[in-house]
Amino acid sequence: MGSGERVEFDNKVVNWIDERLPLFTLMQKEYGVFPTPRNFNYFWNFGAIAMFMLIAMIATGIFLAMNYTPHVDMAFDSVERIDRDVNWGWMLRDIHMNGGSFFFIAVYIHIFRGMYYGSYKKPRELLWILGVVIFLLMMATAFMGYVLPWGQMSYWGATVITNLFSAIPFVGDSIVTLLWGGFSIDNPTLNRFFALHYLMPFVILAVVFLHVWALHICGSNNPSGIEPKGKQDTLPFHPYYTMKDTFGLLVFLVIFCVFVFYAPDYLGHPDNYKEANALVTPAHIVPEWYFLPFYAILRAITFDIGIPFTEITIISAKLGGVISMFGSIGLLLILPWLDTHPIRSARYRPKYKFFLLVFLAVFCMLGYVGSQSADAVFFGLPMTLIGILCTTYYYGFFLVIIPWLNNTEKGKDLPKSIHDAVLKTEREKA
Amino acid sequence: MMMRFALLFAVLVLMPVAGFAGGGETVKPPHHHWHFSGVNGTYDKAALQRGYKVYREVCASCHSMKQLSFRNLTDLGYDESQVKAIVGEYTVMDGPNDEGEMFERPARPSDQFPSPFENDKAAAYANGGALPPDLSLIIKARHHGPDYVHALLTGYKDAPHDAHLLEGQHWNKYMPGHVIAMAPPLSDGQVAYEDGSPDTVDQYASDVVQFLTWAGDPYMETRKRTGMKVIIFLLVFAGVMYGVKRKIWSDVH
Repeated sequence: MGSGERVEFDNKVVNWIDERLPLFTLMQKEYGVFPTPRNFNYFWNFGAIAMFMLIAMIATGIFLAMNYTPHVDMAFDSVERIDRDVNWGWMLRDIHMNGGSFFFIAVYIHIFRGMYYGSYKKPRELLWILGVVIFLLMMATAFMGYVLPWGQMSYWGATVITNLFSAIPFVGDSIVTLLWGGFSIDNPTLNRFFALHYLMPFVILAVVFLHVWALHICGSNNPSGIEPKGKQDTLPFHPYYTMKDTFGLLVFLVIFCVFVFYAPDYLGHPDNYKEANALVTPAHIVPEWYFLPFYAILRAITFDIGIPFTEITIISAKLGGVISMFGSIGLLLILPWLDTHPIRSARYRPKYKFFLLVFLAVFCMLGYVGSQSADAVFFGLPMTLIGILCTTYYYGFFLVIIPWLNNTEKGKDLPKSIHDAVLKTEREKA
Repeated sequence: MMMRFALLFAVLVLMPVAGFAGGGETVKPPHHHWHFSGVNGTYDKAALQRGYKVYREVCASCHSMKQLSFRNLTDLGYDESQVKAIVGEYTVMDGPNDEGEMFERPARPSDQFPSPFENDKAAAYANGGALPPDLSLIIKARHHGPDYVHALLTGYKDAPHDAHLLEGQHWNKYMPGHVIAMAPPLSDGQVAYEDGSPDTVDQYASDVVQFLTWAGDPYMETRKRTGMKVIIFLLVFAGVMYGVKRKIWSDVH
């Protein structure tokens, strides 16, 4: 990073520092004049928004940790104390609680943006994979954070999720014991989850750094999916995108604040205002909303897979569910090699666009399935059937439809350059 | 394997049917517009004070409110001397003192609301095995919190013929599964109001719900007021930034 050419600054102090540690040169190059495609739409705001949410979560989290007690007898009351007696504690907690949800909203849109405009394709495979790693780390962090208030859903959610690992053959039980720090979910579990929940955001921050670094090597994709061919196709990041990102962020924050200040518990579950009780199981255990699609995939596998006409089971229903759930995220990791179609943007791939939008609808439907109890009914059809159908489409989209489109979809004619694409839409508007 | 699929099929088909028969039925409580509802909703302090009276004279004989302290009562519109007068009616167990003995002393405003039972075991034992839940967060801990608690308190009915109630169980329209251990707690004329509000079960239920909502969410008014300022600021800032963005982008469009 420091090996490139240095920029001369007028300010002597700035120059003095920059000669010794070229921080200002770095900022100038990467955020000042950094050439960025000129045709971004507002979907490109969500990277910056996610970054802002990460920092907001770390900032509020540090102050919450100062007032939180990670002990099974005191955790619930300490959270109530934050709400009631810590100065502006209620606001910190409402921001942190809803911040998790809105971080996921931003990241889900960011991921979908990547899928729609083919941002994972060469040369951005590693950039995409780092993004999936961030997503996985976020899921682990959010899960452990939800355990900390030690409410009923914290406890029973933790029970369900940690028990998943027992499905792994041979080592499963040992892994569960390791996660729990004992033979049941108890104080050691809460302690390690607290320690890890504090650690993980900084790991995320480190991977975000790599993610942004990789982005600055190959540059941003754009809605047309064609690489910039020269100066006429790009704009300096500042002030064009700094200002556009700030505007987008503020609109996002307005919606966020409506939840924080007017419906702080809307996205949570009432059961988490009951203290954890190992003897009382909630009628219906559900994870936080952002896990629901994956929870539905987990529960979709209700049958053992074995050798036909024998009693031999190779994959139990439970292990099958666990494999499907982790596999569904694993598919994202290999997406750059599943989709080898030369056209990036769905704008010029009508068939891919159609199947991707169906995928989006199916993903939302999976979220709904995940929120319902196993015996629920949807328009006369059992929810378990809807779950397995949607899961089948999820897998089919990646493993059948995308490879099939690689060979069959011709796609529309691409514009010659970003400049051309922009001028064309401008002309159509006028 | 075939058997398994047949079994799975049977489960898939039968499960919805079993689901309906399985009990745990919930009835959605009727929706009320509360004084605290909405963007500008505030607590009706007179109702909070009446609700506190209902809690103190009725609910508190079985239900604790451990998250609340007497000092919090100033939120209900009481001044410090009134809070001291209320506190004066209570003694609390403190200690151990220098001789290692526990002792009773007059309560102070900084003390928590005293619990009616020594511990959860004692509370459950005295109530036929059913633990009366702590009420500090009861509104937040239930779906449709205020509407549900109001409906529950007024929802006692004679059990239908096909309901099987054990000794000490009661039938309530809004309790999930309809069976509740708590006897109908409120009756007309039970609590004497001093401000001329009607001495009815409905009024008691409505007042105590408002009190319990405050107990679970004491900063609601501050939260809504702060939210208004924050959101107006963000909207204005966003408007300004939109202008800035358009101005900057005008030369490339």
